[in-house]
Amino acid sequence: MINLNFILPEIFISLSIMFLLLLGVFKKNSSDIVHNLSVVSLIITGVLIYNNSSNQNISLFNGGFVVDQLSSFMKILTILGGAFVLSISTKYLKIFKIFLIEYPVLILSSILGMMVMISSNDLMVFYIGLELQSLALYVLASFNRDQLKSSESGLKYFVLSALSSGLLLYGCSLIYGFSGSTNFDVIGDTMSASHYGLTFGIVFILVGLAFKISAVPFHMWAPDVYEGSPTVVTLFFAIVPKVAALTVFIRFLYIPFVNMIEQWQPILIFLSIASMIFGAIAAIGQNNLKRLIAYSSIGHMGYALAGLSTGSNEGIQGSIVYITIYLFMNLAFFCCLLMLKRNDEYFETVDDLSGLSKNHPILSLSLLVILFSLAGIPPLAGFFAKFYVFKAVIEQSMYFLAIVGLLSTVIAAFYYLKIIKVIYFDGEKESYDNDHNIWLKMSLTFSTLLILLYFIFPSQLVEIVSRINIL
Amino acid sequence: MNFPILSSLILLPLIGSLFLLFSKDKNSNTGKYVALFTSFVNFLISLYLWYQFDPTTSSFQFVEDREWLKGFVNYKVGVDGISILFIILTSLITPLCIISVNNTVKYRLRDFLIAILIMECLMIGVFCSLDLVIFYLFFEAGLIPMFLIIGIWGGTRRVYSAFKFFLYTLLGSVLMLIAIISIYWISGTTDVTQLYEIGIDTKYQNLLWLAFFSSFAVKTPMWPVHTWLPDAHVEAPTAGSVLLAAILLKMAGYGFIRFSLGLFPVASELFTPLVYVLSLIAIVYTSLVALMQEDMKKLIAYSSVAHMGFVTLGIFTITQQGIEGSIVQMISHGLVSAALFLCVGVVYDRMHSRLIATYGGLVSVMPKYSILFMLFTLAALGLPGTSGFIGEFLILMGAFKDNFLVAVIASLGVIFGAAYMLWLYRRVVFGEVINKDLLKMPDLDNSEKFILWCLAIPVLFFGFYPEPIINTIEISVKDLIEMYNFNLNMYMPEVKIND
Repeated sequence: MINLNFILPEIFISLSIMFLLLLGVFKKNSSDIVHNLSVVSLIITGVLIYNNSSNQNISLFNGGFVVDQLSSFMKILTILGGAFVLSISTKYLKIFKIFLIEYPVLILSSILGMMVMISSNDLMVFYIGLELQSLALYVLASFNRDQLKSSESGLKYFVLSALSSGLLLYGCSLIYGFSGSTNFDVIGDTMSASHYGLTFGIVFILVGLAFKISAVPFHMWAPDVYEGSPTVVTLFFAIVPKVAALTVFIRFLYIPFVNMIEQWQPILIFLSIASMIFGAIAAIGQNNLKRLIAYSSIGHMGYALAGLSTGSNEGIQGSIVYITIYLFMNLAFFCCLLMLKRNDEYFETVDDLSGLSKNHPILSLSLLVILFSLAGIPPLAGFFAKFYVFKAVIEQSMYFLAIVGLLSTVIAAFYYLKIIKVIYFDGEKESYDNDHNIWLKMSLTFSTLLILLYFIFPSQLVEIVSRINIL
Repeated sequence: MNFPILSSLILLPLIGSLFLLFSKDKNSNTGKYVALFTSFVNFLISLYLWYQFDPTTSSFQFVEDREWLKGFVNYKVGVDGISILFIILTSLITPLCIISVNNTVKYRLRDFLIAILIMECLMIGVFCSLDLVIFYLFFEAGLIPMFLIIGIWGGTRRVYSAFKFFLYTLLGSVLMLIAIISIYWISGTTDVTQLYEIGIDTKYQNLLWLAFFSSFAVKTPMWPVHTWLPDAHVEAPTAGSVLLAAILLKMAGYGFIRFSLGLFPVASELFTPLVYVLSLIAIVYTSLVALMQEDMKKLIAYSSVAHMGFVTLGIFTITQQGIEGSIVQMISHGLVSAALFLCVGVVYDRMHSRLIATYGGLVSVMPKYSILFMLFTLAALGLPGTSGFIGEFLILMGAFKDNFLVAVIASLGVIFGAAYMLWLYRRVVFGEVINKDLLKMPDLDNSEKFILWCLAIPVLFFGFYPEPIINTIEISVKDLIEMYNFNLNMYMPEVKIND
C-alpha cells in the first residue's frame, strides 16, 4: 500500500476529474467554478509531483509504472502547459459560446492519460495512457461542434489517429510475440539476438509515435486539425501531447531497445531530417497562422528528434531542453494569437497582422521576440534550444544531420521573417481590442520574458535536466 | 583593475535603450538626448580604456571571466591591441549616427534609437568576446536590429534588401556555429585564450577554417557573396548604412585575424591562395563595377567591397605590415565610408535622390560640403596624408613581401579606386548646375558640420601621425604572427606527410 504514495498525483487528478464532472452535472451554471477548480487541481497535482520527485527510480505494479527524474520533469511540464491553456482559454470559449464544463474535464483527463504515458514502462500501460489522452483529444478537436471545420478536424484526427494506434498496437503485439513480455526492462533483458520481428515491432511503434508528434511523413493530420480546432485547443495540441509522446519515445528507445540502436537510429534520423526540411519549406506558403504554426511545430519536432537520434544522454537532455523551450515559445505565440480580437471576432491570418506595430507596439514587440526565438536567432531562448541539440548531435560526429538541420533553420527563418515583415514593415489596419483577460496578459508577459531573458541564466534549466540520466 | 569596464561598455547602451523603451513620448527630442548621452558616455569610457591600455604586452587586458553555461562556456571578455581600436571606432561612430538621425529618420524615432543602441551593445560585444560561443551570440544577434533598421526605415526596396541581408548572413553563420561546437568537442573548450595555447588538431583545421570562412566571407563581404551589400546599403537609412559600412563589415576582418589566423594556422596557410584570388577579384572587379554605378550609395557600397578586399589581402599576407595595414585600413575605412555615406545622406535629405545624374555643380551651391566631401574622397582613394594611405601602403608593402604578382594586381585596384572616386566627385561637385532645384539647397547645418568634422579630424590626424594606432597594435600583431609561425612549424611536417 505504501507504493501508492508514488502515484498520488495520478490518483488525485482522477478523483478531481470525477468530482468536477459530478459538480458540473448536478450544479447549474457551474462552468466558472469547474474551470477554476480544474486549474487549482492541476496546480495541486503539480505540487504533489514535485514532492514525489526523488533521485531514485521507483517502479510500481511489477515494473509497469516508474517514477523517476524524467517522469517528474515531464509531468510537471505537461501540467504547466495544461494549466496555462486552461487559464487563458475562458474568454475565447465564452465568445464562441462553448464555455462548458466538459472542456476542463476533458483537458484534465487527457493530462491524466499523458501522465500515465510518461510514467509507463510497459507497452500495455503505455497504450492505456495513450488511448485515454487520444480519446479526450478527439473530442477537444471538435469541441466547437457547430462549426464545420471543428467537427471535421475532430473526425479527421479520430480516423487517422485510430489508424496509427492500430499500427502501434500491432507493433506491441509483434514485440510481445518475439520477446515474451510487454515490460520494457524484461524486453531489454531477454532480447538476446535481434530478430527481424523486433525490428518490425519497433518500426510500427515508431510510426504510431511519430504520428502523435506529427513528424514527417506522418504529419498529414496536423495542419488541418490545427486549423480547424478552436485556437485554445490548438494550443493544447501544439504543446502538451508532444511532451508526453517525446517521453515515450525516450523510454521506448532507450530502455528496451538501446542495444538495437543501429536499427532505429537511421529511422529517427530520417524522421528528423524530413520533418526539419518539410516543416521549413511547407510553412512558407501558409497564410493562416494556425496552419503555419502546425508546419513550424513539425519542423521543431524534427529538431527534438535529432537530439533523440544521437543515442547519448546529452542528446536526450538536449531534446528535453528543446521541448521545454518550445512549449514556452508556442504558449507565447498563441497568447498573441488570442489577442487578435476585434468585436468578438478572432483573426488568424498573416495578413491580419499587417502593421500591428503601429497600434500595438508591445504586442508586436513580444511577437518579434517570439518569432526570432522560434527561428533560433541568438540570444533568445530558441537559439539555446537548438544549440544544446546540435551540441549533442555533433558530439556523435553526425555532421550531416547537423548541417541539414542548421541549413533548414535558415529556410525556416524566411517564413518567420515574413511574419515580422508584415507586422513591422507593412501598412497598418484597424486596431484590435485591448480588453484581454488578465491571465492571458500575464501568460504572455511571463513566457515572453522567459524567452527574452533566458540568456542571463542559461544553465538553470540545463542543470535540472542534466539530472535525467536514462542510459 | 577590478571594475568591469568592458561589461559596462556593453551594458550601458542596453540600459539606455531600456530607458527609451519605457519613455512615453515617441518622437520628441528627449529620447535623442538620452541616446546621445549614453553613447557619448560610452565613447568617453572607451577612450579611458585606450588610455589605461598597456600596449607593451599582447596578452588580453581588462579580462572578465564569469560562469555562464555551467562547465561549458564562460562569459569571458577582454581586449588586446587588435580589438581595442574597433571598440573605440564603434563608440565613436554610434553617437555620430545618433546625431545624424535629426534629418534622416522621420518617424518612430524612439524605436530607431533603441535599435541603434542595441546594435552598439552587440558590436562592442563582438569585438571584446574571448569565447567563441559568446562571439557567435553577439555576432548573430546583430542581425535582428539591423534587419529592423533596414526594413522599417529603409527605402522602396527595403523588404527585399532586409531579407537578403538577413538570410545571406544567417546562412554563412550557421556553418560557423557547427564549427564552434565541433571545436568544443575536439579541443574541450571554446575559450579563445586556451585554444591559442592548446591549438586545434590539424586534421580538422581545413574544414573548420572553411566553416568560419563561410561566415566571415559573407560578412566581409568577399566576392562572390558580396551581392547583399549594395542592396542593403542602398535601401538602409543613412545611419544604418553608416553602421553597416563602418563597423559591421569590420567584424569579419577582425574575425579573420582573431580566429582564422589565430586558431587555424595550417589551414590559413593552405587557403591563402584562395583568399588572395577572391580578394584580387574583389579589388579589381568591384572597382570596375563601381565605375559604372549611377547610384551614389551603390558606388560607395561597391567601393567598400573593394576596400575590404584590400583588408583580407593584407591579413592573409601574414606579415607584420600586412596585418597592421589591414587594421589601419579597417579603422580608416570605418571613418571614411561612414563619412561618405553621411555625405550622400546630406544631399539625399535635400533632394531625395541618390542618382549621380541629379547632381552636378554643387561646389557653387554648397562650398563647405564640397570641401569635406573632397577630403573624404581623397581619403577613400588613399591620398598620402590621409589615413587611407597608411592602410593601403602597409598592405601593399606586406603583399610585395609575400607575392609580387598579387601586389601588382592589387596596386591596379588603387588606380581604379582613384578613378571611380574622382569621377564620382567630378560629376557631383563640379560642372554646371543643370538641375535648377539644386540652387535651393542650403549648405551644411551645424550638426552635419559637426559630424563630418568629427570624422575628418581623425582621418587627417592618423594620416599624418599614425603612431598611436601602430603603437597600440604592434605588439599584439607581432605576437600573433609569432604564434602563427610557431604553430605552423610545429604542424607543418605532418601536413607534408599527408600531402
